[in-house]
Amino acid sequence: MLKIENLHAEIDGKEILKGLSLEVNAGEIHAIMGPNGAGKSTLGYVLGGRPGYEVTAGSITFNGEDLLEKEPHERAAAGVFLGFQYPVEIPGVSNVQFLRESLNAQRTSRGEKPLSGAEFLKLARAQADALGLQQDMLKRPVNVGFSGGEKKRNEMVQMGIIDPAFAILDETDSGLDIDALRIVGDGINRIMRKPTKAVLLITHYQRLLDYVQPDRVHVLADGRITRSGGPELAHELERQGYAEVAA
Amino acid sequence: MATKNAEAHAAVAKKYEWGFATDIEQDFAPKGLNEDTVRYISAKKNEPEWMLDWRLKAFRVWQTLEAPDWAKLNVPPIDYQDAYYYAEPKVKKTIASLDELDPEIRRTYEKLGIPIAEQEVLAGVEGARKVAVDAVFDSVSVATTFRAELKAAGVIFLSISEAIREYPELVKKWLGKVVPQRDNYFATLNSAVFSDGTFVYVPKGVRCPMELSTYFRINAENTGQFERTLIVADEGAYVSYLEGCTAPMRDENQLHAAVVELVAMDDAEIKYSTVQNWYPGDENGVGGIYNFVTKRALCQGRNSKVSWTQVETGSAITWKYPSCVLAGDGSVGEFYSVAVTNNRQQADTGTKMIHLGKNTKSTIVSKGISAGRSDNTYRGLVRVAASAENVRNFTQCDSLLLSDQCGAHTVPYIEVKNPSAQIEHEATTSKISEDQLFYAMSRGLDAEAAVALIVNGFAREVLQQLPMEFAVEAQKLLGISLEGSVG
Repeated sequence: MLKIENLHAEIDGKEILKGLSLEVNAGEIHAIMGPNGAGKSTLGYVLGGRPGYEVTAGSITFNGEDLLEKEPHERAAAGVFLGFQYPVEIPGVSNVQFLRESLNAQRTSRGEKPLSGAEFLKLARAQADALGLQQDMLKRPVNVGFSGGEKKRNEMVQMGIIDPAFAILDETDSGLDIDALRIVGDGINRIMRKPTKAVLLITHYQRLLDYVQPDRVHVLADGRITRSGGPELAHELERQGYAEVAA
Repeated sequence: MATKNAEAHAAVAKKYEWGFATDIEQDFAPKGLNEDTVRYISAKKNEPEWMLDWRLKAFRVWQTLEAPDWAKLNVPPIDYQDAYYYAEPKVKKTIASLDELDPEIRRTYEKLGIPIAEQEVLAGVEGARKVAVDAVFDSVSVATTFRAELKAAGVIFLSISEAIREYPELVKKWLGKVVPQRDNYFATLNSAVFSDGTFVYVPKGVRCPMELSTYFRINAENTGQFERTLIVADEGAYVSYLEGCTAPMRDENQLHAAVVELVAMDDAEIKYSTVQNWYPGDENGVGGIYNFVTKRALCQGRNSKVSWTQVETGSAITWKYPSCVLAGDGSVGEFYSVAVTNNRQQADTGTKMIHLGKNTKSTIVSKGISAGRSDNTYRGLVRVAASAENVRNFTQCDSLLLSDQCGAHTVPYIEVKNPSAQIEHEATTSKISEDQLFYAMSRGLDAEAAVALIVNGFAREVLQQLPMEFAVEAQKLLGISLEGSVG
């Protein structure tokens, strides 16, 4: 589904990703772990198409198509969802309006019929319920005045509504207490654990992986994947630290 | 000429979709401006002698005045002799019913999405209410709807030309009382040559049963539009009034110099909303309307209230300060404004809140959005007279910049002569955030939709003041006005 080959990327002339290769198949959940500054968030942003992150070499294909050719919104329409480490506030724009416009923009570009207000609201309410988010949060401006945990849960509500084929979740577990962690983990499983879908979990800690069992775990250090393994690799990292394992 | 322009601006045409011209035969006043022009207009309108005298007096004053230059605007010299001051579609003078309206004109308004048939609701707007419309085409009001129903409620809603003939006492009593003839250069010019506009009178205790609106359309070339609006809400009355305006795309600049006067008696309330969408000129600043407008409300009565809401997206130059004179004790003035400038547009707009009465309150919320190489200035005065005890004002001015080459300026004037006043002023300036843009795009919105969404959020406090029928239109307009502003 996603194939990254020898990816090099830089920000402001500084190379962050230095030849990263990774393949994720449909039905799989992969975890990317690594120390601060290894390039984890950069990988997420490059996949999402953030301006300022320049790919200098390598390729990314998604379902056989060149992902790097696409604008961020075209990647979204192709089925790629980026869950933000720091979800952004948009004052004056309600969650409902934001998501309905976004979803309908995606649907329109795929040649599907836009959802009506009532259809959308039904969908949004069901997703908010499933993630334990108060209904009135849907009417509030996007992420404005939300706690850290609420913002992360809101990202999962968005993912549930958009229902992407592939999700990159950048430290979705940070800032969550233990109850919220379980709710978010259940959300990821419910929305994304399907034979047609795949997930790239970017995380610092092993604890989210107690709830979302990865098929593969990779260690990202200094812009490259230095080790890959099964779920047990995450436990090893937790016990021994990155310095030991990544070296 | 119109056709040539239309072709030349094919690319812009997509963005300014109201830029078509209507091919219709028209009567013009002779080009140029002198006493004969004033007499011509007055005669065309079958005006009584007192009205002609009033106009001539204004014209003589105007000849002694000079155009103001204190605004942060670069206004090219305007040749007042090289324009027409009156253009009238050659149609039947009086029409018995709307069905008799010239089909070309009817089609024009249909293309603009303006209902001049008496339909119950606007199509496609959920929960919309009835809206009575006065349609002004160049210098003439061509149709006014729902008159019978309004009359039954006691509400007078007709063109100012008709009002001068049919309700001379009411017009005489109030015309020029809020904006005096010699108020300023453009108001004085308007007093001399105003052609048409709307008159509204809501009698004591009457809540106007529907929204009233006027749609102004400049169509003719080389022609200025000088409309005059007068709204009087008697004791305890309420009225909500909307105005919209569009013009064809033309290479030349056209002058629009309107005067709007509002009067609110004891416990009366007037809500006045504007969506200003005159042709803004092309991306190089060629063409576009010069919009020099004087709008003022007199809150004469105790506990009266006037609320101005404006969404300003059009015009090459905007010079406009809808104001409230808060004379009655306990009266309330509000000003909610969104001003968008793109390409080479210039806007210098704001308000004046003149507190004369005790316990008067005013609220000012201004949202300026600048893009391209435009300049956008908020200019506002809050004045508290010595006699005005316990005045409160809250002012909030926010500016949003969408490019590196545009300007946003905030010029507040605060004059307080009574120490009991509480005046608050908040101002912010920010650039549209790349984080917000990327976040919205990563959810599926293209760059322009993302900008439109963020800008609408920024302007929300103002947009939600608009009647629902206009809010939808205004939201779309903000997005369209900013197309191409983010690359």
